[in-house]
Amino acid sequence: MTKPTEGSAVEPHAELFAHGADVGVRGVGPTRDAAFEQAALALTSAVTDPTCIALQQAIEVTCEAPEDTYLLLDWLNALIYEMAVRRVVFGRFAVSIEGNRLYGRAWGEPVDRARHMPAAEPKGATLTALKVAVRDDGAWVAQCIVDV
Amino acid sequence: MDLSRLHRISNWEWRLDPEGERRVPTVLYGDEGLIAEMDEKVLEQTGHVACLPGIVDAAYAMPDAHWGYGFPIGGVAAFDADAGGVVSAGGVGFDISCGVRTLLTGLKRQDLEPSREAFADSLFRTIPAGVGSTGKIVLDEIAMDRMLEGGARWAVEQGYGRAEDLDRIEEHGCTPGARPEAVSHRARHRQREEMGTLGSGNHYLEVQEVTAISDDGVAAAFGLALGDVVVSIHCGSRGLGHQIGTEFLREMALAAPAHGIALPDLELACAPIRSELGQRYLGAMRAGINCALANRQILTHLTRRVVAHFFPEASLPVLFDVSHNTCKEEEHEVAGKRRRLFVHRKGATRAFGADHPDLPEAFAATGQPVFIGGSMGTPSAIMVGPALRPEHAFASSCHGAGRRLSRHQALKQWRGRQVVDDLRERGIIIKSPSMRGVAEEAPGAYKDSTAVVEAAHLAGLSRKVATLEPLICVKG
Repeated sequence: MTKPTEGSAVEPHAELFAHGADVGVRGVGPTRDAAFEQAALALTSAVTDPTCIALQQAIEVTCEAPEDTYLLLDWLNALIYEMAVRRVVFGRFAVSIEGNRLYGRAWGEPVDRARHMPAAEPKGATLTALKVAVRDDGAWVAQCIVDV
Repeated sequence: MDLSRLHRISNWEWRLDPEGERRVPTVLYGDEGLIAEMDEKVLEQTGHVACLPGIVDAAYAMPDAHWGYGFPIGGVAAFDADAGGVVSAGGVGFDISCGVRTLLTGLKRQDLEPSREAFADSLFRTIPAGVGSTGKIVLDEIAMDRMLEGGARWAVEQGYGRAEDLDRIEEHGCTPGARPEAVSHRARHRQREEMGTLGSGNHYLEVQEVTAISDDGVAAAFGLALGDVVVSIHCGSRGLGHQIGTEFLREMALAAPAHGIALPDLELACAPIRSELGQRYLGAMRAGINCALANRQILTHLTRRVVAHFFPEASLPVLFDVSHNTCKEEEHEVAGKRRRLFVHRKGATRAFGADHPDLPEAFAATGQPVFIGGSMGTPSAIMVGPALRPEHAFASSCHGAGRRLSRHQALKQWRGRQVVDDLRERGIIIKSPSMRGVAEEAPGAYKDSTAVVEAAHLAGLSRKVATLEPLICVKG
């Protein structure tokens, strides 16, 4: 996972934010890569507690999009797809964005309903509140609403 | 919501006139309390819908409307293909053809009581529910194509139900115009092991008691009497629908400039109905509708197996099956003229009145049943299409109570175990694989469904028939 870069005061963190029927996921970090990683962690926390996920297996994801916002959308939707078809949850992510391509890695384990107590399954990341931007304090923010 | 911006048309209908980019009025249904309680975003999103090309008459919001993505949930809008009208993936939603099917049991509550606990356990073991659950039916590519074309009809042909079930489903269980080839490999893969699963979130299978009758004649025609037990299944097109929504939302957003569509907000991603993309989405979306109809048919079959074990005399005929996330081509009268329109209902139920040509014969005299879902501890309602013509909002009504608190807020306020215990004290058995899921779906997180039903009734969107109280809820 990305560590804070030198000179940055921003600790990477994941947040959920309120949305009527669904849920907003937000990643904040010193770099764009870190913000994407944290957005993915926020996606997991909409389903279960990321700290209770064993990092037993890894998958790789590659996305390509014309702009950052679509790249975030594709990244989150790729993870939602992998979670659905593999029936896994992920607790750790690594992202590297080069140009308009994203190389991602996600570590996790099969869903254990007793231990993970997964709540609503994510259906898809939406274009609502979709944003990838640099805040005034220099932190990168990557966010959108996820339909659950 | 700030009411001062709206014109009060009646006590239950509010209007914002077209202005600027808004081509048609915005119309909201609900009493003053419901409208005031609605998020300002509902007006904003409905207003954005009013800006889309080819929109006809007005952009509508039902009494249970709340902030969604693209269209509000509880939003209704119709588009004319001849006038450059559009179809919008965000106007249907990710859970294509999510809906409610209600089954009659012929049982009374007292019949249920001696074995209620064991019955609830058996339902919970039999109905795959929650994140990560899989069904026992795995479809190969050929079977998948047939399911996407055939819907509930395919499911009945496979032995999951009876031919007469199809007479009690919209479009007789099979939506025409489905194009399986427009459904991606990823969407198919996501669905492969999800046939006959309930899903999670607000989806449920509920055993309910009819606790009040508002219209004796219609209730009798529907086969409902006080004290009757019914089973309601709320779910949709599962992973297949979610993936179709995901892919087309992105594609439509990126293609909008090429189609000459200036989106007031990206989330309104849409394509002209007459475009290749619009037609491809309609074909995939209709396949998604068929997937949902097949899914509810399989769940009906599983439910019947459980019921047959405990109550061999109960046959569980289908009362009706209605979808509330769709875009359907329908004929409506607008300003005295009949027009073919593409009606988007996102979190809104079709509510055809009596004698509507598209209704099953069983409902020709009454109008179609409209199901309003509650939330575990709150009542659900059965309504019927309106008696008066022309119908409001392209013959649409509400679909549920709508959330009062976000999932995040609900999680802070309730513990799942406590919610289960509290409901048990009220005589309601909750079965769920996830206590966190139960907390997020706590009855207190939803608005008062009674007020929503009353508003729909008074506004003339649909008429009250019966109130249902939960006895057992299998929650995803």
